[in-house]
Amino acid sequence: MNRTDEKAQAINLPPVYNHVEKHGAFPEISHDENARFNFLTNLNRHLATVVKPGNKVAFDKRIKPWFQARTGHDFHTPAEVKEAMQQDTYYQMSSALRRATLEMTQQASRSMVLRQIDSLADKASYYNDQRPETLTLNPDLEIPHYLKVVDYHCLPGGYYTEYIAGDVANAAAEDASFFVTTSGEFGELSDGSGKALVNWLTHNYPEFKPRRILDIGCGAGLNTLPLAIENPDAEVIGIDVSAPMLRYGHARAVSLGVENVRFIQANAETIPFDNDSFDWVQSTMFLHETSIRAINNIVREVYRVLASGGLMLHVEHAQNTAEMSLFDQFMRDWDTFNNNEPFYRVMHQMDKTEWMKSAGFQSDNLLQFGIPIVNNNHQLVGNGFQARQNVFGAWK
Amino acid sequence: MINEILLSNNKAKGQRPYFFSDETVERVLTITMAVAGELAVTRERLDTLERLLQVKQVVTDDEIEYFIPTPEQAQKRQHWHADYIARILRIVQQELEAIQQPDENNRNMEEILEELGRS
Repeated sequence: MNRTDEKAQAINLPPVYNHVEKHGAFPEISHDENARFNFLTNLNRHLATVVKPGNKVAFDKRIKPWFQARTGHDFHTPAEVKEAMQQDTYYQMSSALRRATLEMTQQASRSMVLRQIDSLADKASYYNDQRPETLTLNPDLEIPHYLKVVDYHCLPGGYYTEYIAGDVANAAAEDASFFVTTSGEFGELSDGSGKALVNWLTHNYPEFKPRRILDIGCGAGLNTLPLAIENPDAEVIGIDVSAPMLRYGHARAVSLGVENVRFIQANAETIPFDNDSFDWVQSTMFLHETSIRAINNIVREVYRVLASGGLMLHVEHAQNTAEMSLFDQFMRDWDTFNNNEPFYRVMHQMDKTEWMKSAGFQSDNLLQFGIPIVNNNHQLVGNGFQARQNVFGAWK
Repeated sequence: MINEILLSNNKAKGQRPYFFSDETVERVLTITMAVAGELAVTRERLDTLERLLQVKQVVTDDEIEYFIPTPEQAQKRQHWHADYIARILRIVQQELEAIQQPDENNRNMEEILEELGRS
C-alpha cells in the first residue's frame, strides 16, 4: 500500500454528539437537535480538511499565474492577495459555505436553548442557589463598547443579551456550539486550552505554586475550571462582563463539583482587586475580542494586581511573522471580516512585546510558547491530530 | 413569552459578507445547505426508527400509511413545520432584518477594525 492509499483509507470522523460529556447546566438535547449537531460537526470537519485547503491549491495553480500575467509582477501585499482571491470562484464557494455553516451552527444552538429558555434558567438557579456566595453579579456594570459594536463570531445577541430574568441562553448556546465549531478538538468539556496550560506549567515550572489565580474575560469559565482543579489549594476567581455567561459558568462549576472557584461580574479594564494580590493572571482567547484602548488598560491592570514574581499568561493568536507567506496572512484574516472578529487583524499585527513592556514587564521576563491542546478522549479526534495554541505572557 | 422561532434565526450584529458576485445565488446556496442539514437529521431519525422497529416488530406499513395524528400531535407537527421553514429560510429573514435595523447594526468589519484598533 503506498502513501496515497493509506491517506485515502484514513477517514477522520468527528465525535458523535450523543456521547459528549454534559455537565448539569447543559441544555437538554432532543433526538433531532443531536442529529443536527452531528451533521454540522461533520460539515465543519469536511470544510476544514477538504474544502479549505483547496484555497491554497486554487491560489497556486490559478490565481497566482493569473495575477502575474495581468500585472507583470508577483504579489507584494496581503491586500493584493485578498483582491485577487475574492474574484476566484473556488474561494467564493469555500467562503460562502463556511459562513453558512457558522450561521447554521449558531442557529442550531440557539433554537435548542431558546425553546427551553425558562427551564435552563431554572436549572442554572438550582445550582447557583447552592453556592450563592461564589457568584457576584453587578447589574450596574456597563457592557463595553467593543462587545456592543458587533455580535462576535455571528452569535446573534452576543454574550451579554438577556431575553428573560436570570437568562443563560446565549451562554448555553456558546457552550454547545463551541464543540461543533471545533469538531470536538478541545475535548468533551471544551476545556482543552486550560488543561494544556496547567500541564505546561507543571512541566516547565514545577516550583510555581500559585495561591491566588485570576482569569480575566473568563466567559462561562470553560478554561477556568482546569486551573482550579489542578491547583486545589488555590483560590481561583473568574471575571467577565456578561451576566448570562457567569450564571451559566458558575452553575456549570457547581454541577461539576469544583469548589475553589468563584465568579465576579467585572471589567478587566478596572479589576476590582488590590495591588499585588494575585500570583497568576490568565486570559484564554479573550484579548482578540476587545479593542486597542481596552487591551492597553487591561495589561496595566494585570501588572498592577500581580504580585512580584507573579505570572501573566494569555492564550491568544500569535502575531504575523516576516516568514509568513502573504497567502497565509490573508487566510489568517478570514475570520476578521467574515466571522465577525474585527479585532483579530489588530492582534495579528500587534507587537505583544512592546505591549507587555509598556505596562512595566521587563524584556528578560517575557514568554512566548505553543501548547498542544489536551483532549480528554483521543477517540474524539482520531488520527493523532492535535490542535495547538499560542501563548504569550511575562513574569513580574 | 419569547418567539423562539424568530429569535433562533436572528441576524448577528454586523454587516454580513457575501462572496458570490450575485448575492441571490449565495442565498440559494445557504438555503440548500440548510435543507441538506435537515435531510441528514431526518435520515438519522429514520435510522433510529428502523432500528427500533427491527427490534420490536410492532408497526406495519399500513399502520404508518393510515396514521391519523391526534389534535395535539397535529399541533406539534405544525410547530415543527413553522420551525423548519424559518430555519431553512433564515437567510431571507436576516436580509430583511439587515434592511430594517439601524445602520449601526450593519457596520462592516473593515470599519469596526479601524475603530477598535484606534480606540
